[in-house]
Amino acid sequence: MKMQVFVRLKTGVLDVQGKAVEKGLHDIGFGDVGNLRVGKLIEFEVEETDSNRAKDKVKQMCEKLLANTVIESYEIKSL
Amino acid sequence: MRATIIRFPGSNCDHDVEHLYGTLLGASTSVIWHTERDLKKPDFVVLPGGFSFGDYLRTGALARVSPVMDSVKKFVSEGGSVIGICNGFQILCECGLLPGVLLRNIERQFLSRFVSIRVESTASTFTQKFQKNSVLTCPVAHGEGNYFCDQETLKALEGDGQVVFRYCDRSGSRDDSSREINPNGSLNSIAGIMNAKGNVVGLMPHPERAVETLVGAVGGTTGLAMFQ
Repeated sequence: MKMQVFVRLKTGVLDVQGKAVEKGLHDIGFGDVGNLRVGKLIEFEVEETDSNRAKDKVKQMCEKLLANTVIESYEIKSL
Repeated sequence: MRATIIRFPGSNCDHDVEHLYGTLLGASTSVIWHTERDLKKPDFVVLPGGFSFGDYLRTGALARVSPVMDSVKKFVSEGGSVIGICNGFQILCECGLLPGVLLRNIERQFLSRFVSIRVESTASTFTQKFQKNSVLTCPVAHGEGNYFCDQETLKALEGDGQVVFRYCDRSGSRDDSSREINPNGSLNSIAGIMNAKGNVVGLMPHPERAVETLVGAVGGTTGLAMFQ
């Protein structure tokens, strides 16, 4: 089963990368862009046919490695 | 005295630490690869600076799941002393041995310069030789040293005296909003912290690069006392 994990910085955590990208967009003429945040998309396959079991497994992966829950939230999707 | 230095793929301050323990302090040193599990019965374990695993995913994230870290956690639970410097501090935060996280520097620049840091606590294994409130000069070299944690954790750290070092000016005064004094934007100018027991310390500055006047005339040998 193909899985997707979206990792985002939590609200209130300073995203200096996002600020830099936002400024870059302003500099090339997209001045109306605001509140830009950069996140991560992690895609992979797991050997699992049951979507709920797969999500449980991926949740453990997120807690143990894929996200740092001090600053990041994650969202899991099965495709 | 026996010191064990953990080498991850991408560590680059391991040789400096080996030199200071082995050559300057006459300790018996072992440098072990991150896949090892035997720490060789050390008095101290050092997680050195560098860019473990190329900082992939997050700084220190992949080192956190290296096999050696199970042994490091066990060593800590048995009262063993561990210091993480720079990337080592990031790894200690990632694996939960220390609270919080190191974000990108607030001004987005990689910082390679000297800083002044004030000794806030002498209760840790690695700061007992210092005078409280004394000011050390140490180099920093990092892109992600902006200490961050939630307000509850911050309150606990401050309340329990777990802040070990704070960025300051040469006279020891702190100014959280000054990029000259608190260059990476750390909360409460935090440069280093310890766990509740004081046997785990992490800091962003490099005391191991302030141990010989030959190569660090500015910092002198102020960092040496941390490793004795």
